[in-house]
Amino acid sequence: MRYERTGGGFNLAALLLAAGFSLIAFHAGPALALDTAGGTAGLTAPFRPIYLVLAAILVAALAGFYMGRTQSLRTAGGQIRDLHSLPSYYGFYVALWCGLPAFVLFVAWMIVEPGIVDDMVLAGLPSSLSELPPQRLGLILNDIHNLAAGEGFARVADEQMVAAARHYNALREIGFWAMVAAIAAFAAGGLYHGRARIAPALRARNGVERTITVMMIVCSTVSIFVTIGIVLSLLFEAIRFFQLVPFWDFLFGLEWSPQTAIRKDQVGSAGAFGAIPLFAGTLLITFIAMCVAVPIGLMSAIYLSEYCPRHLRGIIKPALEILAGVPTVVYGFFAALVVAPFFRDTGMVIGLDVASESALAAGMVMGIMIIPFVSSLSDDVINAVPQAMRDGSYALGATRSETVRQVIVPAALPGIVGGILLAVSRAIGETMIVVMAAGLAANLTANPLEAVTTVTVQMVTLLVGDQEFDSAKTLAAFALGLVLFFITLGLNVFALRIVRKYREIYD
Amino acid sequence: MANTQLQDADPRDGAVSSRPAARRTKMAARDVNVFYGDTHALKGVDLDVYEHEVTAFIGPSGCGKSTLLRCLNRMNDMIEGCRVSGEMTLDGRDIYSRDIDVVQLRAEIGMVFQKPNPFPKSIYDNVAYGPRIHGLARTKSDLDEIVLTSLEKTGLLDEVHDRLDQPGTGLSGGQQQRLCIARAIAVSPKVILMDEPCSALDPIATARIEELIDELRENYTIVIVTHNMQQAARVSQRTAFFHLGSLIEMDETEQVFTSPKNEHTQGYITGRYG
Repeated sequence: MRYERTGGGFNLAALLLAAGFSLIAFHAGPALALDTAGGTAGLTAPFRPIYLVLAAILVAALAGFYMGRTQSLRTAGGQIRDLHSLPSYYGFYVALWCGLPAFVLFVAWMIVEPGIVDDMVLAGLPSSLSELPPQRLGLILNDIHNLAAGEGFARVADEQMVAAARHYNALREIGFWAMVAAIAAFAAGGLYHGRARIAPALRARNGVERTITVMMIVCSTVSIFVTIGIVLSLLFEAIRFFQLVPFWDFLFGLEWSPQTAIRKDQVGSAGAFGAIPLFAGTLLITFIAMCVAVPIGLMSAIYLSEYCPRHLRGIIKPALEILAGVPTVVYGFFAALVVAPFFRDTGMVIGLDVASESALAAGMVMGIMIIPFVSSLSDDVINAVPQAMRDGSYALGATRSETVRQVIVPAALPGIVGGILLAVSRAIGETMIVVMAAGLAANLTANPLEAVTTVTVQMVTLLVGDQEFDSAKTLAAFALGLVLFFITLGLNVFALRIVRKYREIYD
Repeated sequence: MANTQLQDADPRDGAVSSRPAARRTKMAARDVNVFYGDTHALKGVDLDVYEHEVTAFIGPSGCGKSTLLRCLNRMNDMIEGCRVSGEMTLDGRDIYSRDIDVVQLRAEIGMVFQKPNPFPKSIYDNVAYGPRIHGLARTKSDLDEIVLTSLEKTGLLDEVHDRLDQPGTGLSGGQQQRLCIARAIAVSPKVILMDEPCSALDPIATARIEELIDELRENYTIVIVTHNMQQAARVSQRTAFFHLGSLIEMDETEQVFTSPKNEHTQGYITGRYG
């Protein structure tokens, strides 16, 4: 095939590239003029159209794509079969060269720039301000940011602060244009480099696919880094807490009353941070939840996978999964407004003293919430038991229920246990239902009719409202969170190991 | 055409039979049709399975031989959209009649599958599974005896006697298949159906199973589906050839393999197609 328009692609690309960057300049122009005209009072944030930079990178990459595609055909004399890869791969090749380094630079710049600018502003402050302790300095920096953005004068805007804000704005402005210039240089350089390398023998397809693989690896590691970040943030706050309250007192203390007084002479100024009542309450509610979810979930899974006709299964299974889609807040209402009063009234009728926020109500509703977890995970593992097992059992004259009890459930048991453990870790971490339906009183009891509180409920109450982040009360939430995290993490790891081990049996 | 040949082979007509005197029909099919949804999988099949003989079903893939086998112990009941018409009998009883307990029926007609499928239980529990659900053993020692005898009959006892508590899935492929046969005979069935029992096994294990089939013939009636024509020739007394859902020819194995009456049969046996 002969490809005619050999020059068109390059022109188009250059046009797009120029259009992209001039768009930024066009947008920025009026804003610049306005800023220089404004007086001392009218401080406004410099115009930094980040989204346009991103758009420009995208446009440049698009330009690279067309350019690469056209160029590859030209080098091959219009014969696609002479090229190593299809023309569009050459297009992607140039687009990646053009867009990727520019984008990486952009991200890096966005991360690094604010810190550098802050340092420069602080260095430029008069000595009366710059010698303040670090915490005060942070506040001042915050004020400068606000002032520079032209909003919220939290403190008196004195001359020095306005000057600093002006300095800050100027630096941000310079930074932005430096970034635009650098990115334009990178994009153009990448474009030129990529285009220059195009030759029929260039293995563009391999290069593009390798780059995409690397991008996928980066994406998949994001969640790992986020997890590490979460653990670290919890860990540092928890360490601060353990400097105030001894670790063993926290872990094995039997009393929980975190309400530390503001003044030393008030009642209960010490506070007690024994986590045992909370974990006991969590375990009690989780236990009740599992007592509801495991039998119901397992039975429905067995019915669905072994007994149910296929057309009925197509209705029942999605219907069950709707339960998983109900927001937990709604379960919370249900528990607090329907189930808990029902238990209390029933208890009154039969002469039992049931708290209006009983562990039973919260646990029951949580159990209902977890049913789809248990049922769909169990359904999966039961379906994974090979048909040959069923055939073998039926051929020996076993009934369905004998087959289920003696062959299928034992074979699927490790997987079912794994699924249940995952559900348990879900139940332990569940917050909304217990916040609404369980109490706040940290009773150490095994009686499901009494009110208990859970780890998550306490974390919520500790962190709701105005907080000071150096009191043991607030920091206790992080310590609780850390312990909770390790418990659920341990359960998940354990559960996944069991599930994986089970999978190996039949493969 | 198929019917005329079948009738030729039917000893009740007295046409062809080398050992007619001792023969007794154990299972019979009369005008059996099987549908999977809209697919007509078996078309008007009539045949007899004689007691204490090995009957082989041969034919190309998809010819309906496995379907017929699975009809013989009503395993097709488990498949949605499968319909069976016609009459099938075991010792003259219609096995598709309403007052037949299909579970009980399957205890009388055991089955061994293509791929060895021991339960993920110990060797002992695998064999004890059937006797336990049918309550065949009153005491532990009764059960022990059933298990050991079954393992003995399959020649597995010597190989596994010191590890009866080990999982059955840990045995070799051939041993697993013999374990499955032991499991089937532990409930003292009258008939054992085998669906390509050696197709997943190596030649040595296959030879061992074939030997075992020949031994089992004394006490049981066996129907075997096989793709291996040498195997059919070696182990069976009678052979049925199926093609496209029809029974083409059924006769003494020797007869079928040396002088088949039908050109399809001849073509298949000589390897021209299939």
